[in-house]
Amino acid sequence: MFQINKTDFQLKEKTNMKFNVKNFSKQVVSQIASSSILPPITAGLILAITFSVILLAGCGKKDGSTTLNMSEDAANKVYVPPGEYDEYYSFISGGFSGQMAVYGLPSGRLFRVIPVFSVDPEKGWGYTEETKPMLMTSHGFIPWDDSHHSELSMTDGVPNGKWIFINGNNTPRLARIDLKTFRTVEILEIPNSAGNHSSPFTTENSEYVVCGTRFSIPMKELDVPIDSYREKFNGTVSFVKVNPESGSMNVEFQIMTPPFDYDLSHAGKGPSHDWFFFSCYNTEEAYTLLEVNASQKDKDFIMAVNWKKAEQYLKEGKAKDVAAEYYHNVYDDSKHSATSEVLKTVKMLDPKDCPDMIYYIPCPKSPHGADVDPSGEYIVGGGKLATVIPVFSFSKMIKAIEEKQFDGDVAGIPVIKYEAALHGEVQKPGLGPLHTEFDDKGFAYTSMFVSSEVVKWNVKTLEVVDRAASFYSVGHIMIPGGDTKKPYGKYLVVMNKITKDRFLPTGPELTQSAQLYDISGEKMKLLLDFPTIGEPHYAQACPADLIMKNSLKIFKLEDNKHPDMIKSVNDARVERRGNEVHVYVGMVRSHFTPDNIEGIKVGDKVFFHVTNMEQDWDIPHGFAVKGNNTAEMLIMPGETQTITWEPKVATVYPFYCTDFCSALHQEMQGYIRVQPANSSGEIKFSLGVKK
Amino acid sequence: MLDRKMKKITKILIIVSSLAMITAFLTPIWMIDLEAPQYPEGLGMQIWINKITGDLNTINGLNHYIGMKTIEPDSIKELSIMPYILGALMVFGVLTGIAGKKKILGIFVIIFIITGIAGGVDFYMWEYDYGHDLDPTAAIVVPGMSYQPPLIGSKQLLNFVAHSYPDTGGWIVIGAGILAVLLYVYEIKFNKQSAVKESVK
Repeated sequence: MFQINKTDFQLKEKTNMKFNVKNFSKQVVSQIASSSILPPITAGLILAITFSVILLAGCGKKDGSTTLNMSEDAANKVYVPPGEYDEYYSFISGGFSGQMAVYGLPSGRLFRVIPVFSVDPEKGWGYTEETKPMLMTSHGFIPWDDSHHSELSMTDGVPNGKWIFINGNNTPRLARIDLKTFRTVEILEIPNSAGNHSSPFTTENSEYVVCGTRFSIPMKELDVPIDSYREKFNGTVSFVKVNPESGSMNVEFQIMTPPFDYDLSHAGKGPSHDWFFFSCYNTEEAYTLLEVNASQKDKDFIMAVNWKKAEQYLKEGKAKDVAAEYYHNVYDDSKHSATSEVLKTVKMLDPKDCPDMIYYIPCPKSPHGADVDPSGEYIVGGGKLATVIPVFSFSKMIKAIEEKQFDGDVAGIPVIKYEAALHGEVQKPGLGPLHTEFDDKGFAYTSMFVSSEVVKWNVKTLEVVDRAASFYSVGHIMIPGGDTKKPYGKYLVVMNKITKDRFLPTGPELTQSAQLYDISGEKMKLLLDFPTIGEPHYAQACPADLIMKNSLKIFKLEDNKHPDMIKSVNDARVERRGNEVHVYVGMVRSHFTPDNIEGIKVGDKVFFHVTNMEQDWDIPHGFAVKGNNTAEMLIMPGETQTITWEPKVATVYPFYCTDFCSALHQEMQGYIRVQPANSSGEIKFSLGVKK
Repeated sequence: MLDRKMKKITKILIIVSSLAMITAFLTPIWMIDLEAPQYPEGLGMQIWINKITGDLNTINGLNHYIGMKTIEPDSIKELSIMPYILGALMVFGVLTGIAGKKKILGIFVIIFIITGIAGGVDFYMWEYDYGHDLDPTAAIVVPGMSYQPPLIGSKQLLNFVAHSYPDTGGWIVIGAGILAVLLYVYEIKFNKQSAVKESVK
């Protein structure tokens, strides 16, 4: 096999040779020379041009061959032979698709789009009765959100492979995905929040996942004039507690903050374990034309929150119960169904009542990233309009607090003197520093949105040692484990905001993209461009072994606790309950039981409770009915799902299996007869005609 | 004068090998593995002395395409008889060792061989029945095709390669049987000669 591939490659090389400019120009010259029609001057001119083309081609050839060697080298590095596995799982946020996508690294191959906040008719997500509750909010059912950042659950500051969290930015929510099933199992709405952007970053043992408000909003009095922003608006940061066993999430407490825009965050590690760092901009407290009005101050803040202290204040009863309404949706894998619970209150801490809990550190110009190095000592602010990258020292910050080196306060929150907490500034890093990740050799990598590059610098000496162009305008970057205690400094993934000419064009809407760099050596080397879904904001990655060994193959039928499941096809039936008709269907290759149903009337609401009876790996069945206004269902082995159907015309409707399941998949079909509302047809159902 | 007594080593080996057959109660005696492109994880069933385990549901699911009967361990009577037969054979083996008579060893070897042949024939007939007694209305009917797995060895059946081989318990029983035969041969050939030599002296 490998040899064949090699031959292929050689063939390609040969084909490339044909298109070599030098050869091409030679052909042109010989053609022109053989032509007698062209006047000599024109011929001479063309000859001259051709000559210069040859010269250029000669120069270009060196570059060309270097490029070829480089791409050969790069191809080897990202090539995963057929049937072999990638080294890392990467989880890249789906941005405004509202989902999360799973890619292999280094190949950049897409494995799965996990539906999270947006409906996915392909999988029935948000259409089946079982999954609809997952998308319920205090605003009702919402079929979409904007998912920004992913964060793997951790133990001792490194991913434990159990869950991955992702935030919903628009209607503030936090989701947890189970990495056994690669499915969303919990969505928690965040009250007193708008623009849940600085989320879902977690502490070292995922004790808490945080959420922070990108928009400040009125909270006590709701209907207020917009220009009362400074008096009536507030931000919050929420600490969501995660049960270490079940993963179950609850808003343990919120902290009321001044009305700034809380942008990103990261938890401390090691010595800074007890602290959480949030970047914030718009300390100008602007509520209109923010691009100008929120860019006036020389410095905004990184907000340092001592969450251990907050826990202590919570215990001491310093938190007030605040009325709220927010949804908590949980998917149960044994019942194969989600339930929604409406919560009515939340604990709120006011920094005024809680001294020593929060400090502001000045940070140049509208910071985006607030990133903590693997040692937990250095905190990097990414001031997106700044000309330097400030690096703060945790130990200096603590010293400054002890020595009260403050520059006044904001709403009672002490502002630490910039120089007192500063380790140093990276000078002339580039334009528009956004976000920083770390490798295992003491280097930091910062994305530069404006100058469209990644800059590598030494965390201790603050010297820039390398820079690599990104194509184009990189936002976040990701090194597997690059925001944890133990980075794997082999690859760097950059997630771009602009793609332009990098791929075949697809009209005005171009693909989104990520790029993979080899960072194992001194210089960063671009290996691969690969397309992504939505807009990739942030990503996580971990070694494949951590997750693949736990990946579930099938749901056990004997463990299926769905109230409408059938244990055996002998229990398949159709029941009328007033205007509702409940159809209990069993699926096994390659038929439905029953597959002929009669006695349904126009005006009925039909519930198809469909159980996939298979217990074999990778044998899902699909289910679709002609004219159904919902979607198909994709049902995994041992799983039960329900979809509703309200037929409007009396006739016979076909239904079929949508997932090619076997050699007789095309035979896996059935008919449902729908009769007029006033007809007297009785419910009848069958499979196979007795001869 | 012929020595009717078995040597000490023969006695010990017969007893030990008979007791070793207890493995057949603890591990599968036979295995049928199926190989197909779309089953990289493997597919197979293990026949124990009293049950069948493995991917029986999946195999039954696949077999329905070709109209094969469902394999239902509860309706296979051999699975309820085999433990007694093997148990009796073990007891007989141990008693043979204790008695130490060559004649009894001979009877033990003959019974062992007959049991083995009977088991093989029964297994073959069971396989023949499943492989040939097919539902004529099955989705896939290949004229002239039957699906009998091999008694022992490998065979291509449509997209599957079926492998049929003894499993741990089966190998132990076969080993015990071969050992019993070898020991009997040793006793009547070499032990006789040595006895004769001794009597000449």
